[in-house]
Amino acid sequence: MVEYINLFLKAAFVENMALAFFLGMCSFLAVSKKVETAVGLGLAVIFVLGITTPINQLIYDKLLKDGALEWAGFPEADLSFLGLIAYISVIAAMVQIVEMAIDKFSPSLYASLGVFLPLIAVNCAILGSSLFMVQREYTLAESIPFALGSGFGFFIAMVALAAIRERLKYSQVPSPLRGLGITFITTGLMALGFQIFGGISL
Amino acid sequence: MSNSKKILIDPLHINNPITLQVLGICSALAVTTKLEIAFVMAGALTFVMTSSNVIISLLRNKIPPSIRIITQLAVIASLVIIADQVLAAFVYQASKQLSVFVGLIITNCIVMGRAEAFAMANPPGPSAIDGLGNSLGYSLILIVVAFFRELFGSGNIMGFEIMPTVNNGGWYNPNGIMVLSPGAFFIIGFIIWIQRWISPSMQEETN
Repeated sequence: MVEYINLFLKAAFVENMALAFFLGMCSFLAVSKKVETAVGLGLAVIFVLGITTPINQLIYDKLLKDGALEWAGFPEADLSFLGLIAYISVIAAMVQIVEMAIDKFSPSLYASLGVFLPLIAVNCAILGSSLFMVQREYTLAESIPFALGSGFGFFIAMVALAAIRERLKYSQVPSPLRGLGITFITTGLMALGFQIFGGISL
Repeated sequence: MSNSKKILIDPLHINNPITLQVLGICSALAVTTKLEIAFVMAGALTFVMTSSNVIISLLRNKIPPSIRIITQLAVIASLVIIADQVLAAFVYQASKQLSVFVGLIITNCIVMGRAEAFAMANPPGPSAIDGLGNSLGYSLILIVVAFFRELFGSGNIMGFEIMPTVNNGGWYNPNGIMVLSPGAFFIIGFIIWIQRWISPSMQEETN
């Protein structure tokens, strides 16, 4: 049990998707203007990550890995080169299904997430998490805390940045730095802060 | 002719994909610790983006609007698989260091963004130029960032020693932060600052 909690904490803080691996930066920067929308997208990311990474783990383990097709009578088949297109299809399909399910069962949540759900399909944190899962050879049980931890790390980083940006409105920023420039420097300082977690060995 | 020149040149500075359109930032930050890796990544992206723009532009009248995103993703994903396999076959070391980031070209918003914004509405010729121009704008930022990060982070350029580091008996004490993620954020922040100081038209309105 402890190792799963460690995996969660490591994915959320030490190897934060946004601040240590720069994944999902596009939506990270685009959606972090308001805390409210940042919370909405963050929750959607946790949700989609928590579903797609374990599914992709199963696909990789049971279909694509070298020798994985043994049960079907093809012990020599190695389909791992098809990985990228399989993962992105799963992600795009899952996003679509999740969107329809939320629309059906909770229209109010759908209204608040609405715009951000389709965007998640092209959020590199989602695909990145599946690729890291393959690269680090996580088992199905390990992939769940890893995915949830990555999503949670992305969530707190984005909400924190949104909170800072809301306050930044009141400060006198030099005009060439306004908007994107100062956001990058702020994110850099946040990444610097997150570096302190790097010393924790789990 | 001047129009295609404009399509090619604009993304280098005035309409740069990274610093103005805010596209493709993930990989720009992640692969820039070494100049050599940045060149490999820039090459892979140029290939994927120019070909995807041409293919999508050729298919633009046949793609039904309702499934265009998944069609674009399929085209891009196939091209990325080709690039990934070629890199793994010929430059294995660099491919190892790029790790997941070649695969992440699929979700690199530059490729999707240009396919959606330009290739879906223009013939193959200009689309190819647009793809090339935007890849060059991306590569330019990538190479500038990688140059500074490698120089100040480890005292080297392309693996050659420029400033001998203290560890090797020299005088330069490497700045560790340049190799870590904050350094990348700071350098891009400064590039944006300088660009917008040179061209005030790029500055954002205050809210």
